[in-house]
Amino acid sequence: MQNFIEAYSWLNMRYLLEGLGVTLEASLLSIAFSFVIGSFLGLIRYTRIPYVSKIIGFIIDIIRNLPLMLILFFTYFGLPQMGVRLGVITSSVVALTIFESAMLAEIVRSGILAVDSGQMEAARANGMTYHQAMFRIVLPQAFKKMIPAIVSQFISLIKDTSLATIILLPELLYHAQVIYGQNVNYLVPMFVMLTLMYFIVCYALSWVSRILDRRMGA
Amino acid sequence: MSMFIHFWPQLLEGLKITLGSSLIALVGSLILGTLFALLEISHNRVLHLIGRIYVEFFRNIPLLIIALFFYVIVPLFAAKLSGFTAGTLALTIYTSSFIAETVRAGIQSVDPGQMEAARANGMTYIQAMRYIVLPQAVKLVIPPLGNQFVNLVKNSSVLAFVAGFDLMYEGNLIAAQTFDTFGAYIVVGVFYLILTLPLSYFMQYLEKKWNAGSGEREASALANE
Repeated sequence: MQNFIEAYSWLNMRYLLEGLGVTLEASLLSIAFSFVIGSFLGLIRYTRIPYVSKIIGFIIDIIRNLPLMLILFFTYFGLPQMGVRLGVITSSVVALTIFESAMLAEIVRSGILAVDSGQMEAARANGMTYHQAMFRIVLPQAFKKMIPAIVSQFISLIKDTSLATIILLPELLYHAQVIYGQNVNYLVPMFVMLTLMYFIVCYALSWVSRILDRRMGA
Repeated sequence: MSMFIHFWPQLLEGLKITLGSSLIALVGSLILGTLFALLEISHNRVLHLIGRIYVEFFRNIPLLIIALFFYVIVPLFAAKLSGFTAGTLALTIYTSSFIAETVRAGIQSVDPGQMEAARANGMTYIQAMRYIVLPQAVKLVIPPLGNQFVNLVKNSSVLAFVAGFDLMYEGNLIAAQTFDTFGAYIVVGVFYLILTLPLSYFMQYLEKKWNAGSGEREASALANE
């Protein structure tokens, strides 16, 4: 018990929270970038431009089917060989963005597919051009349908950020490892706190997603 | 190219471990996942609560934490586990929570009239579940389960973190030995794609072939998490 009280000193907790801050920061940056890139790629894949859509679709499939850990190692250790040297934080965000963009591209595409095709036809019949109909009628409805899927993708992104501890990104797991590396007695207390912090953040988000889901459904 | 030939035995060894770990975890998490899905839909409040807590807890913490728990914490109190055992156990538990959600969505998308009709014809709850509801749910659940298996193969790379000698681990070794990090990770990537890409295309094909109704779409949305 003594271990727990000592381990949760203000200094240690502040250090852990700093780590949580980095985790959230990296996740937020990555999801923001990949939302933009993913929407763009998803739209290209949906619109079936000859060759371009096929090639982009194949690249998306390749990235989706690789482990995130491999992409992290690749951007941090592999790219410098090609002359691209990125810092720890940049390469984490780049790796997460590459992976999440591919994931979001698929979410965007299936979101557009889920909009009733009558919407597009009706908009075209009312004299809108394809682009007008797409951006004013179809996409707004598609994004509304996508929100729950995007939130759950964000949750798995927060969890996946812990993988970046391997390339020494100073996020939550890494900070916990630093603390219990100094004192083995803190190992169990740190694990309990770590699990709790991840759980609270992710569960809160999944709760938000469920509320959004219900409100969208109504 | 020479990397493929030179490190072939090492890569093959890693591939075997990755595939073995994924298959064990798949079977284990299918059993555990179905069990907890049945608990979740149970009318008994206590059983329902146990199912929900299990699923919500393991869905919302990183896989790496579970793996480290088995690799670092468990040896403090009980037997020491090898990296392979710790990693595979973690994979099983983590994946089972997702599979439980998929299976639950599948069961609940079967028309409740099926269960009622079976019960009215004199079957017990377990018989009706076993012979009427579950077989219908299976078809809805297979494409998302396939996607879970793809995720499982990808996630098995955590074995590298706990010294599990899997494909990713071998890749790191090769990268360290040859200093050709770029090439090594590309080679490892190709090996992962050999495992995951055909499976994920096959599942897309199945999904397209069987596509009907919204229950399926809900289940596949769950699988994407």
